[in-house]
Amino acid sequence: MLRPDTFYMRGNTLMNTMIRVEHLSKTFSQKDLTVEALKDVSFEIGQGDIYGIIGLSGAGKSTLVRCLNFLERPTGGTVTVAGKNLADLSTKELRAARQNIGMIFQHFNLLMQRTVLDNIMFPMEISGVPKDKAKKRAMELLETVGLTEKAKAYPVQLSGGQKQRVAIARVLANNPQVLLCDEATSALDPQTTRSILRLLRQINQEYGITIVVITHEMAVVQEICSRVAIIDHGVMVENGSVEEIFKAPKTEAAKRLIFGGIRQVPRMGSRHCVRIVFSEQSSYEPVIGNMVLEFKTPVNILYAATRNVSGKAKGEMVLQLSENEETAQKMIEYLKNRRLSVEELENYVNEEELEEDV
Amino acid sequence: MFDQKILIMLLEGTRDTLYMTLASTLFGYILGLPMGIVLAVTDKEGIRPNAVIYKVLDFIVNVIRSIPFLILLILVIPLTRAIVGKSYGSSATVVPLVIAAAPFIARMVESSLKEVDKGVIEAAQSMGASDMTIIVKVLLGEARTSLLVGVTIAVGTILGYSAMAGAVGGGGLGDIAIRYGYYRYQTDIMIMTIVILVVLVQILQYLGMLLSRKLDRRRL
Repeated sequence: MLRPDTFYMRGNTLMNTMIRVEHLSKTFSQKDLTVEALKDVSFEIGQGDIYGIIGLSGAGKSTLVRCLNFLERPTGGTVTVAGKNLADLSTKELRAARQNIGMIFQHFNLLMQRTVLDNIMFPMEISGVPKDKAKKRAMELLETVGLTEKAKAYPVQLSGGQKQRVAIARVLANNPQVLLCDEATSALDPQTTRSILRLLRQINQEYGITIVVITHEMAVVQEICSRVAIIDHGVMVENGSVEEIFKAPKTEAAKRLIFGGIRQVPRMGSRHCVRIVFSEQSSYEPVIGNMVLEFKTPVNILYAATRNVSGKAKGEMVLQLSENEETAQKMIEYLKNRRLSVEELENYVNEEELEEDV
Repeated sequence: MFDQKILIMLLEGTRDTLYMTLASTLFGYILGLPMGIVLAVTDKEGIRPNAVIYKVLDFIVNVIRSIPFLILLILVIPLTRAIVGKSYGSSATVVPLVIAAAPFIARMVESSLKEVDKGVIEAAQSMGASDMTIIVKVLLGEARTSLLVGVTIAVGTILGYSAMAGAVGGGGLGDIAIRYGYYRYQTDIMIMTIVILVVLVQILQYLGMLLSRKLDRRRL
């Protein structure tokens, strides 16, 4: 069994590193055209984490996830999974290592000419598990994903969500330590997406599998990830806990992805728009009401919502403050003193791309 | 309409034609299937791209495919003699038929295998499958319907070629059609051979398609 060999500190907990990526770069070249898909990307994923990698399409996230099992060979840097530097492995060793790194896909990629049961048995054929044992294991896995009655069905007879469940059962067959999800819910409707994400979280908790979730949807990251990395034009621009990044995104790319959810805000003339995030505790006090009473100046609520971020309810609100510069600054001060995360949205006005990207 | 002698001759002709066709298809696949697999695998989009192997094989296939079958029949006579011992008759015809059919089969196999969803191949690679496993279980397994349609087309084409071999003493129905229909002006015998050929092609086509449909799990 492969074992992680390094440790790092997160908060007060000592974590085992499952995946370590250092100075990873990937360049595609075709004749005179070269594309730098990834530029000097470094990050670590702890054992048992659910780690999100989010970016708009073309950002390089699919290439990045394929570098984690060497479906794409990086042009620079190192990828270490479960203590093994993938570049050091022979073809045969790499194949063995891949049995420890499962992957599921946007389009499920099931064998269409095989039954559900035979699909789940396929990775065990590759790793050489005897047939009767493989069948028993496949039936157990079907139970885990709740599709026992579909054992003899063919993929064409299943819905998208069911196909992804089969793919998940298949990927679990060889007991991998790592599961890579490449846009695994992007072809599914919101309700099915939630049920698949629930299943992934259940797997993470029951088997302790480290999960890497590649997505372009912030909602997916908020729903299950504990940590997130934001990738933009091949560069990892920001990473950290989902809570931190949701509360106070630092980079332009992060803001775009997070504010991408704020759609229905009309474009206003005011420059004093702020986004505030409430955590559970701060929701008890009627902050906005008290602020209006104190300053005797109304504010305009442009947007308000609650979102589930890593299992915690987060209130999110966009306010248009007073036109008066001084009052507006004081209001921001007031909000910050109430331990809310406050962010000025200077670009909020005339931000047309926002709506186009959504 | 026909006397017994001619009927027996037609029956034997049918038997010889079937023998030539099926034997040539079998040997054609023994040569053509690996060639097609190598073409699909070494293509730049394949699982193990290799420009040199692909180009060499691609060139050979194209050259053989551009030689008209009638010329090929004559060209390979020395080889036929070396393998079968004589240059006429049904067994002798199998040699040029296989040579003509193999590259054609290789192309059909190549195109069938290239139809297999790249995502499924990628999934197998992500599971740690070897190239051999991918070829046998993913490429051949997933393309089986398309491959069977290919076999059906190959049988039909080879059947047509085998009749052509009648022009140079190849045996079978084509031979009868040329000897009786063309040289002796016995049009009725010629028409009869055509009817038998049409019926044979229809039956083989029907069986092939039936089988490939039966084996296809992609439809509900």
